[in-house]
Amino acid sequence: MGSNSINWFKFASPTSFFPVAGRLARWFAVLAAPLAAAGLWLGLVVAPTDAQQGDAYRIIFIHVPAAWMSMFIYLVMAAWCAASLTLNARLSAMMAQALAPTGALFTVIALWTGALWGRPAWGTYWAWDARMTSELILLFLYLGYMALRHAIDEPRRADRASAVLALVGAVNVPIIYFSVKWWNTLHQGATVSLTAAPKMASIMLTAMLLMTFAAWFYAIAVAMVRVRAIILERERRTSWAGAFVGAAR
Amino acid sequence: MSLAEFFAMGGYGFYVWGSYTMTVVLVAIEIVAVRKRFRAARMAAQPGENAG
Repeated sequence: MGSNSINWFKFASPTSFFPVAGRLARWFAVLAAPLAAAGLWLGLVVAPTDAQQGDAYRIIFIHVPAAWMSMFIYLVMAAWCAASLTLNARLSAMMAQALAPTGALFTVIALWTGALWGRPAWGTYWAWDARMTSELILLFLYLGYMALRHAIDEPRRADRASAVLALVGAVNVPIIYFSVKWWNTLHQGATVSLTAAPKMASIMLTAMLLMTFAAWFYAIAVAMVRVRAIILERERRTSWAGAFVGAAR
Repeated sequence: MSLAEFFAMGGYGFYVWGSYTMTVVLVAIEIVAVRKRFRAARMAAQPGENAG
């Protein structure tokens, strides 16, 4: 390792990560806003009306990014939980704790927009189909994780118990993702995949990718602000937190 | 395309705007809530307030 390599373990402590999280939050928020604006402009105004679905298909620009984020955030959260269990690191548990509400938010958005798209596309807001049911279970996993954390007063015990729950629940994510292949579902198969050419016009694809990156960067920004709050909440009795508040006024 | 046509969304306005509006509302709520939580945590971490 060269002399100018970064000591990453330095950032593994909540104290040194606190200012880094603040800068990350600002930068990702600044990136997310123009991406969302461009994605909305392309998706709602520029993209042409779909021949089969009319304008109802425009729900895709929120629905698909939100559904992707709901699964992706869960996997990241489970990875932080695994790190917190194996390395016994406080910051890992705090990161998982900070991601859960945002993951739940994207799950609610995916379910809500899915219902509003299902009505014009299939004639029903809801069906107990494999994709929708497993996505609903994902919401319950997020809520269960948060409720379990909330129910245990001692933070380090809450870290361990909720991490086990999150890791067991991770099995649901591949079930959601592959449900449209494994079962005959009402829900359609993947519109965009890494292995096949996309089945949609490039302008629609561009709009969807812009919205996906906007959602991703938004999630990072909001989780970074939340992890700062969590660090202060959990470390408030230490002298550095008091010193920070004193200095930053 | 007129503004009225834009809002009508080819007859699917209820579904399209119902989706976008709910998303904007939920995201706005999260932003307000997380900032409020940070400010509350910063206040609670003030020196002197946790002496007890």
